[in-house]
Amino acid sequence: MTNHWIDLKNSDCILIMGSNAAENHPISFKYVTEAQRKGAKLINVDPRFTRTSAKADIYTALRSGTDIAFLGGMIKYILDNRLYDEEYMKAYTNASALVNPAFDFKDGLFSGYDAANRKYDKSTWSFQADEKGVPKTDPSLQDARCVLQLLKKHYSRYDLKLVSEITGTPEADLLTVYKTYSATGEKGKAGTIMYAMGWTQHTVGVQNIRTMSIIQLLLGNMGVAGGGVNALRGESNVQGSTDQALLWHIWPGYLKSPKASDTSLAVYNEKYTPKSGDPRSANWWQNYPKYSVSLLKSFFGENANKENEFGYNWLPKTDEGKSYSWLDIFDEMYKGNIKGFFAWGQNPACSGTNAGKNREAMKKLDWMVNANLFDNETGSFWRGPGMDPSKIKTEVFMLPACVSVEKEGSVSNSGRWMQWRYQGPKPLGNSLPDGDIIMELGHRLKQIYKEEGKFPEPIRNLKWDYLTDGKYDPHKIAKQINGYFLQDVTIKDQTYKKGTLVPAFAMLQADGSTSCGNWIYCNSYTEKGNMSARRGKQDAPNNIGLYPEFAWCWPVNRRIIYNRASVDPKGQPRNDKRWVIRWNGEKWEGDVPDGPWPPMELPDGKPNPEGRYPFIMQKHGFGAIFGPGLADGPFPEHYEPLECPVEKNYMNSQRMNPVAPVYGTDADAHATCDPRFPYVGTTYRVTEHWQTGLMTRPQPWLLELQPQMFVEMSEELGTLKGIQNGERVTVKSARGSVQCTAIVTKRFKPFNIGGLTIHEVGMPWHYGWRWPESGTEESVNLLTPPTGDPNTRIPETKAFMVNVVKG
Amino acid sequence: MSKSFFIDTTLCTACRGCQVACKQWHNLPAENTTNRGTFENPPDLSFDTYKVVRMREQVIDGKFAWLFFPEQCRHCADPPCRDTAGEPSAIFKDEATGAVIFTANTKGLDADEIIASCPYNIPRKSEDGTLAKCDMCIDRVHNGLLPACVQTCPTGAMNFGDREKMVSLARQRLDIVKKAYPKAQLVDVEYVEVIYLITYQPELYHKNVIAMNAPAGMTRQMALRKMFRPMTSIASGIL
Repeated sequence: MTNHWIDLKNSDCILIMGSNAAENHPISFKYVTEAQRKGAKLINVDPRFTRTSAKADIYTALRSGTDIAFLGGMIKYILDNRLYDEEYMKAYTNASALVNPAFDFKDGLFSGYDAANRKYDKSTWSFQADEKGVPKTDPSLQDARCVLQLLKKHYSRYDLKLVSEITGTPEADLLTVYKTYSATGEKGKAGTIMYAMGWTQHTVGVQNIRTMSIIQLLLGNMGVAGGGVNALRGESNVQGSTDQALLWHIWPGYLKSPKASDTSLAVYNEKYTPKSGDPRSANWWQNYPKYSVSLLKSFFGENANKENEFGYNWLPKTDEGKSYSWLDIFDEMYKGNIKGFFAWGQNPACSGTNAGKNREAMKKLDWMVNANLFDNETGSFWRGPGMDPSKIKTEVFMLPACVSVEKEGSVSNSGRWMQWRYQGPKPLGNSLPDGDIIMELGHRLKQIYKEEGKFPEPIRNLKWDYLTDGKYDPHKIAKQINGYFLQDVTIKDQTYKKGTLVPAFAMLQADGSTSCGNWIYCNSYTEKGNMSARRGKQDAPNNIGLYPEFAWCWPVNRRIIYNRASVDPKGQPRNDKRWVIRWNGEKWEGDVPDGPWPPMELPDGKPNPEGRYPFIMQKHGFGAIFGPGLADGPFPEHYEPLECPVEKNYMNSQRMNPVAPVYGTDADAHATCDPRFPYVGTTYRVTEHWQTGLMTRPQPWLLELQPQMFVEMSEELGTLKGIQNGERVTVKSARGSVQCTAIVTKRFKPFNIGGLTIHEVGMPWHYGWRWPESGTEESVNLLTPPTGDPNTRIPETKAFMVNVVKG
Repeated sequence: MSKSFFIDTTLCTACRGCQVACKQWHNLPAENTTNRGTFENPPDLSFDTYKVVRMREQVIDGKFAWLFFPEQCRHCADPPCRDTAGEPSAIFKDEATGAVIFTANTKGLDADEIIASCPYNIPRKSEDGTLAKCDMCIDRVHNGLLPACVQTCPTGAMNFGDREKMVSLARQRLDIVKKAYPKAQLVDVEYVEVIYLITYQPELYHKNVIAMNAPAGMTRQMALRKMFRPMTSIASGIL
């Protein structure tokens, strides 16, 4: 979230699209309903009428996988009717920047497409620059090569009729949504988006969010109270796990994973440290080497020094053009290339897309360690449906972990709040906190590598001193993440003593004199104490629900990021009633501003050379309407999912995202526009279960509420197939089949897609054969497809094709 | 001053946290349910289930609506169940809170007659004839806590407190809601301690939303008058 949960109450218009907040983030509705009570409009767009829809002022449906068409139509509507916040757009976005004349877009392909390798050469996705490398602009926004004009051209094709044909949303409903949401472009109004996996889990996942980011920038909704782009995370600590880089492509704090070609620390730092020739661009990532070196010092401590490049060469490098995501791990495992596997706090036999492939892949392992609260479908895969234990060699070790309330530590919520939790009950039986299990694993590895082992340096040199009285100490880890001064350091007349905690990331150094396990968490645990354990209930002076003394929020306790965009160039709030920050002539008041610099303009209206553009994480300092960083294009474009019900993409000649990965083993079957699988399928959650259900299916009070796997379908489809409400049916895809109870409901309606009647059905993903004990309630991921987003490789579990048959 | 619930169905998202919290506080066993083609489960109130969120799909004036109604005992001002039982050790009204309490001594009474006397069809009997229903979490309330269902509600749909305050909150909320939903009403507010705010006709939510089991030939108002005295006689001046 750029904003945070409480801030939802400040909104004038909340769009819930790609999420089902009332069911899956129930507490959010405390603030959604508060906004509604104050007169805010709630819009919900979802293929199915949900418990969120039931509370919405405006609800309409779209076919799964067509969000870019829907939102692209909104961009066109905003531009055609000049509903954008012109002052904001001109001052704070790259709308006026001039784009490289060689940049082009034709019939679904951007310039630089390499069909053989399914990737883009992105060199033409750039700006025309002056001699200092600063983008040239046309402040009048008239130049045909300026971002705004290119945006207009790109979305000129997204007219109501075509959008309606693709999405299945009636034109009148499109207009209602566009009109209502675009009204937040008025100065002083704020609109927000609440999205989740309904947007991310597509072959166009990142671009779904990009489309909304463009809308938010056009309407001036970024950085303001009640605005922003807000991802609702699917677990209490998913934000934390991403921040700490529980992903292959990043290091903690969103630093880059090095590639094989990044042959030295100097090369690595040079490559990922952007340079701006514009003195008024903060270009915050110019500090990159301070963060990367401090991170290496936190990994290797005293063993890391300038001579050995702070241990940079001890860390793994990825091969050029190769991906190591979840999809790739199971692809390699299926091919027999992975021999050992830690399934830690996860259940890939149920949670991963194309789970049948995952289960088969596990047969190829020599060993698996299953660290979890309970045995699950993954640890017991060898005795699951269709498995012959006598023919499976995989040895499975179960490490019982204790549950979160039985240990001390922090979670970071969707709003970036790091919140410390004390231990409740003691761990049951032999179960241990994950930290203790990991510490012990590290000690054993160190012992083994002391004697022998290939490439032992990373293990031998690893700093591994986080025990107190023989137990994992979360405070030591939290302090390590915050960072220490490793020698006396003097910054602007102040000397920080060796061994003290670094007060904020601005003090981190690139010379090895500081350590920091995650620069964005620097300031969370300082000499003043554990900031995340604070429970102060005093609001900030702006009284908009920031509660700056409750827990701690990254970065540097800033509750609304990009907040410099909430003020005019003189530093005065663009909305007096819900102001976030304001300049009092000497300093900023309110939230922690995005940097200490004064406003862009002096009181007399002249530019202040000390001022900085608001979007400090962007090289040039501007909100990116033109966004050249992604794998699949600087402007989002509608493509159909890997499996879809139409022969062709009505928008362009590329049926699916031309750079989305497609996997090719015999377990990766897929079928588009195939009469065997005529219905769109989608997956979702219910309030009553959690993830793959490991913590909820064995809980009788919750199983009582949602006892069985189900498939929801329209009354029209029920009639067509002769399926009665409540009867058992089988749902099939090209990859597998699952038994479900049919819920035949008015909450699903057939779509009119370009004159065709298209049915969609939906299923929850919480089930698996271990519980309930009948063994009949299986995972929907046996059906889901072998593809994902080209930027993140998140799987496309939200849109695929199925059939439904009786029995 | 008695205690009342104010249940604002306009804010209810049917998350059913209240349903689970009720089971948890009372340590009631889960029922062995199946999916019957609906999210609603268990299918009905029972000896082991004091609260069920009803979820109804309705088309109203051509527009689809999904209506949620967290059903529970209304703790009537003048409870017919108590009068029918006629046994204060089995069914009584707690003076301090207004809670209508069933005890183990309901075993041996005419359970069916007591159930039939309830205008909202709430009490349920066990195999041995003992009756059970919502007890307002009287143990919590006497210790200064909110009922478990209210404590757990994330949206503000479930409210609890002194009757005067709840009635006033309900009236304020009704005034606001009426602007968007002219048919909005507070259900049987004068007769019960559990005040529901609904926006459509009661029967669209569930069959027992308003006091319904009137004998043939009687109007609903007559039935209500026969069944119990209104709250006004107890807490006059508030309404």
